Amino acid sequence: MARRIRGLSDRAIAWIFVAPTIVLLLAVNIFPLIWTIRLSFTNYRANRPNAEVSWVGLRNYERILTDSDVWLTMQATAHFLFWTLFLQVLIGFALAWLINRKFKGNDLWTTVIVLPMMLSPAVVGNFWTLLYQPQIGVFNHVMAFFTGADPQQFSMIGDVNLAPWAIVIVDTWMWTPFIMLICLAGLRSIPDSIYEAAECDRASQWRQFWTITIPMTLPFLMLAVLFRGIENFKMFDLVVQLTGGGPGNVTTLTSIDLKREAFEKWRTGFSSAYAVILFVTVFGLASIYVKALNKVKER
Amino acid sequence: MKSAKLLAAAAFTAASGLTVTNAHADDLTLCWAAWDPANALIELSKDFEEQSGHNMSFEFVPWPNFADRMLNELNSGGELCDLMIGDSQWIGLGAEAGHYVKLNEFFNAEGISMDDFIPATVAGYSEWPKGTPNYWALPAFGDVVGWTYRKDWFERPELQAEFQETYGRELDVPATLEELKDIAEFFQGREIDGNTVYGAAIYTERGSEGITMGATNALYNYGFEYGSPDNPYILDGYVNSEGAVEGLEFYKELYDCCTPPGSSNWYMSETIDAFKSGQVALQMNFAFIWPGVHADPNVGAEKAGYFPNPAGPAGQYAQLGGQGISVVSYSDSQDAALEYIKWFAQPEVQTRWWELGGYSALKAVVEDPDFESSQPYAKTFLDSMAIVKDFWAEPAYASLLIPMQERIHNYVVADQGTAQEALDGLVEDWTEVFEDEGKL
Repeated sequence: MARRIRGLSDRAIAWIFVAPTIVLLLAVNIFPLIWTIRLSFTNYRANRPNAEVSWVGLRNYERILTDSDVWLTMQATAHFLFWTLFLQVLIGFALAWLINRKFKGNDLWTTVIVLPMMLSPAVVGNFWTLLYQPQIGVFNHVMAFFTGADPQQFSMIGDVNLAPWAIVIVDTWMWTPFIMLICLAGLRSIPDSIYEAAECDRASQWRQFWTITIPMTLPFLMLAVLFRGIENFKMFDLVVQLTGGGPGNVTTLTSIDLKREAFEKWRTGFSSAYAVILFVTVFGLASIYVKALNKVKER
Repeated sequence: MKSAKLLAAAAFTAASGLTVTNAHADDLTLCWAAWDPANALIELSKDFEEQSGHNMSFEFVPWPNFADRMLNELNSGGELCDLMIGDSQWIGLGAEAGHYVKLNEFFNAEGISMDDFIPATVAGYSEWPKGTPNYWALPAFGDVVGWTYRKDWFERPELQAEFQETYGRELDVPATLEELKDIAEFFQGREIDGNTVYGAAIYTERGSEGITMGATNALYNYGFEYGSPDNPYILDGYVNSEGAVEGLEFYKELYDCCTPPGSSNWYMSETIDAFKSGQVALQMNFAFIWPGVHADPNVGAEKAGYFPNPAGPAGQYAQLGGQGISVVSYSDSQDAALEYIKWFAQPEVQTRWWELGGYSALKAVVEDPDFESSQPYAKTFLDSMAIVKDFWAEPAYASLLIPMQERIHNYVVADQGTAQEALDGLVEDWTEVFEDEGKL
């Protein structure tokens, strides 16, 4: 093969192919990021393009980090993240493990379980708002059946103590199938020969589970947790539809708060600083997590 | 030969017709919220299309997303809307950010006088700065928070007797907010026709403006003021006055004692549903719903009654709703849009607007001797419009609204802190906003 095509080196040709992607990346990702960081040090408001923009130094960051309401939204987000991931991993893995065992109709069950994931979050939010309705909602009546409580005496999305759990339940209902599918892929990737060898070594079912199943599906599980973690950190539509961030602000997650600051109050500079803080947090946590994931994969 | 001549004549006619149409016709888009009055406006605007030759399109957005969607449109200098029926609080922003065309010259040239409209609607929907004769909108839809009640339940002899015995007065339209609470308490959890019913459906919505639009009906009447009469940005002692605290406590008591279970995030549509499904004796809502209630086969006509927001210890006020119609400054069809406003301001069009279910703010319509008897809710509408107060119309109104939503909801629904703490916190939040705005 000739090293040059019409006078262009291989390196030049490579650059020609890569350049559009780099330009796009710079325009869509890098430039907005740098611009956001710049705006975070100003009092700019996007709805007042003609107003004078002042450099405010670190004031926006200081305000965010000393604002008790922001910390409350961080707490609400951490609660939502922890419990959704915990429950989804637990139930998702259990479902995958059950589905992986050969039984009649397991394909049908897989389809049924996966259905919630295919719905729009706005639809799911509306649907569960009705289910949680104390007078006509099925959820309260089911709970009442098991606990003997009066269904009209508790409101899942109207009670400050129950509302955070209401959103955890819905997100778990909707996204557990995602974890299940990834775990199922992991379980099905384990060669039967490993289990056969363990059988020959007379390893118990329990020992096979802990020494073969868990370690070999762990990278899949961790990947699923990474995806769901990032998604749930950004969770917006489902929660807005279900609770609107209330009652009070117990379900106001950071994404909801950020949207209000940026596109309702139009405090663009302030919300840019907010976004930078969230970006650094997610980026930092995700980097640590990915390192851990790589170590697990190397084992 | 004859047919060739005919064809040529037809072609000429068609061509000249097209030319005439193209020279004068504009495509106008009117932006508003998606609700019943918007449908009435579509019907009304057909006459304008016929008379002017312009084509009208409509962009209606449901209330919960209305502000987000339309303010984004305005803030981005979008050309989607030629005419905007924007919320009353947007006037300050619309004027100062240059979204709306100032209408003074146009009004003067066309002989449209703001003296011809209900004063509260001019102050609420058209003026910026408030109290000055600078007009950015024509009052388009007068609206106010009032109450709907189950007249048929109130008229039941056994309930009247029991109420009389319990409260020592007749079961009738309440004159005060305390009386309203008594009535709501009386109906709460009562069994009527085999169904458990509740006292009152009130605004508690958290996400947009609902609980603010509801709680202010108690706050105003107990003594809440937005600021000092000498300086509207001096808040301490007015927003969190003793009376304001009592007003907020009243609203919480009403929520706690007398609302249907699960009504922690209710606004216009949820309260309508509660009333129409026969769940509640009283419904707080904007007056725009009254034509729909009246027409309802289950709870309308003789079964429903209407009354203005009752008085409190500090007076009788009601939260203003409604909107003015403005010409968007980014529109390419401003002349045609102004033509629409000129047409809309005519008394005969305003009369038809009222007939179709739109709430005219023109004095000639509402002061007509036949107006009060034209609909069962007409007098309540007039009485309510005479007692209105409105939220801030500052350009930063959203920055003022969001903390009020949070503070009020935290206290009333989420049961966190005290009314005093909520209002003190609101003073802090609003002070910070006004400091940022350079007004303090």
